[in-house]
Amino acid sequence: MRYRVRVWRQTGPTAKGQLVDYEIDGVTAEMSFLEMLDVLNERLQLEGDDPVAFDHDCREGICGACGVMIDGVAHGPGKATTTCQLHMRQFDPADPIVVEPWRAAPFPVLRDLVVDRTALDRVIEAGGYISTRAGAAPDAHALPVPKPDADTAFEAAACIGCGACVAACPNGSSMLFTAAKATHLGVLPQGQPERYTRARDMVETQDDLGFGGCTLTGECTAVCPKGIPLSTISRLNHDVLSAVLRSG
Amino acid sequence: MALTLQRGSLGRQGFPRRLWSSTVGKKAVMAVTGGILLAYVVAHMVGNLTIFLGDIDGYGVFLRRLLAPVLGHGGFVWVIRVVLLLAVVLHMTAAIQLARRAARARPVGYARRPRVQGGYAARTMRWGGVIIALFVVYHLLDLTAGVLNPHGVEGQIHANVIADFQHWYVVAAYTLAVVALGLHLRHGMWSALRSLGRAPGASSVMALVVSVGITVGFLSVPYAVLFGIVR
Ligand code: HEM
Ligand code: SF4
Ligand code: FES
Repeated sequence: MRYRVRVWRQTGPTAKGQLVDYEIDGVTAEMSFLEMLDVLNERLQLEGDDPVAFDHDCREGICGACGVMIDGVAHGPGKATTTCQLHMRQFDPADPIVVEPWRAAPFPVLRDLVVDRTALDRVIEAGGYISTRAGAAPDAHALPVPKPDADTAFEAAACIGCGACVAACPNGSSMLFTAAKATHLGVLPQGQPERYTRARDMVETQDDLGFGGCTLTGECTAVCPKGIPLSTISRLNHDVLSAVLRSG
Repeated sequence: MALTLQRGSLGRQGFPRRLWSSTVGKKAVMAVTGGILLAYVVAHMVGNLTIFLGDIDGYGVFLRRLLAPVLGHGGFVWVIRVVLLLAVVLHMTAAIQLARRAARARPVGYARRPRVQGGYAARTMRWGGVIIALFVVYHLLDLTAGVLNPHGVEGQIHANVIADFQHWYVVAAYTLAVVALGLHLRHGMWSALRSLGRAPGASSVMALVVSVGITVGFLSVPYAVLFGIVR
């Protein structure tokens, strides 16, 4: 099959980029979206052109490296699917596919489709840890965790830090990511000591980094490849407001 | 630019500053002030319905006499006005600041951007808010100050209302504003609960029922006048 794609090309962080049209032959329905880009890149290299830079690692939906904006939707049309897990059968060869990098001030474009997502690491550093007693491993059942809490924490812990929530949010907010991290630690007993300061510090850092404020538009959950629910954001708000009320 | 604020520095400021300096805090302020405005809107809507009992002028007098021994004649109305003004200013300032922050957070937009999610009400919060604010100015000039009212005599509330809604274009302006208000409230109520850290399961249904009730309640008056049911 032959596909037409319009890909964002930008030679470096300060260069001016543009969308460039390509026609790609020999794409099969079983190929993943990234494999389609691989086919394009092989050809570009044979022709002596620069391949399209895109981030990827695991190609099985667990590392969070691969996100791009496909036809204006973060990670493309698949429900709860990363870009690497998307198949070409989802696309109609008749329509050109527009591929753009994540757009947010805290995510500068490095090259083509690759953005720098270090800002998310800064948010993690601000509170994504627990203070724990080092030493021998505790007994498995020394610290009982109610099943619903374990499930909530596990659901939130599925966040792969891909940044699709930021890319999709009309406010450029990283709230769903931060909420997932704060929930995953904050509902477990081990996470209690820093529960409120964690929420406060992570949100403060996210604000300082230039992310937008959350207005609960819900665009984030709709594209999140791990289906992180909006309820994590209510929980984060609750913990931040508790911290703001308490301290001082 | 980034990280100029030292982490944890929020803890050393006073409560209002700590709250206002956080995007989550600003949303909480919007939720609380929105709640105050909602309470007012419900009371106002119910008050308007006294026109169907035939004595809305008496209701106006009643409001001005409320707590008169303590606040003086009309004092109660002025207390409400001051509270509303404060709430509106805080609500709008937070909304404008968050909108400007959002614009800074995405200086370069997408070439292609279809809608994925987010209902109509959620997407129109900012413009809806602007429409309601413009309407409130018109409305105050119309039925409070009387300058834009075809009758416009202070205290003659019934006559002023009747004079207004003889005209289809006045009814149309009120309809636009009230529908905008209904949409604004629907997403607003749902969102406010979440901004304050609550997410009750029935909140979507509740928000829908309350906002439809308010919309229908407000619109009943202009249409009753337009169709000659109230004269
Ligand atoms: C069809 C719908 C409405 C009707 C018939 C109506 C009618 C009135 C009337 C008759 C007054 C003057 C009362 C008096 O002089 O004692 C008034 C005042 C007011 N209304 Fe409305 N109203 C409507 C909708 C709204 C809406 C949607 C809002 C706000 C979002 C609103 C906000 C106000 C405010 C802020 C005042 C001024 C209170 C004051 O300071 O005296 N109204 N309205
Ligand atoms: S919350 Fe979802 S969309 Fe956001 S970074 Fe985590 S996995 Fe990606
Ligand atoms: S490459 Fe790892 S999630 Fe897609």
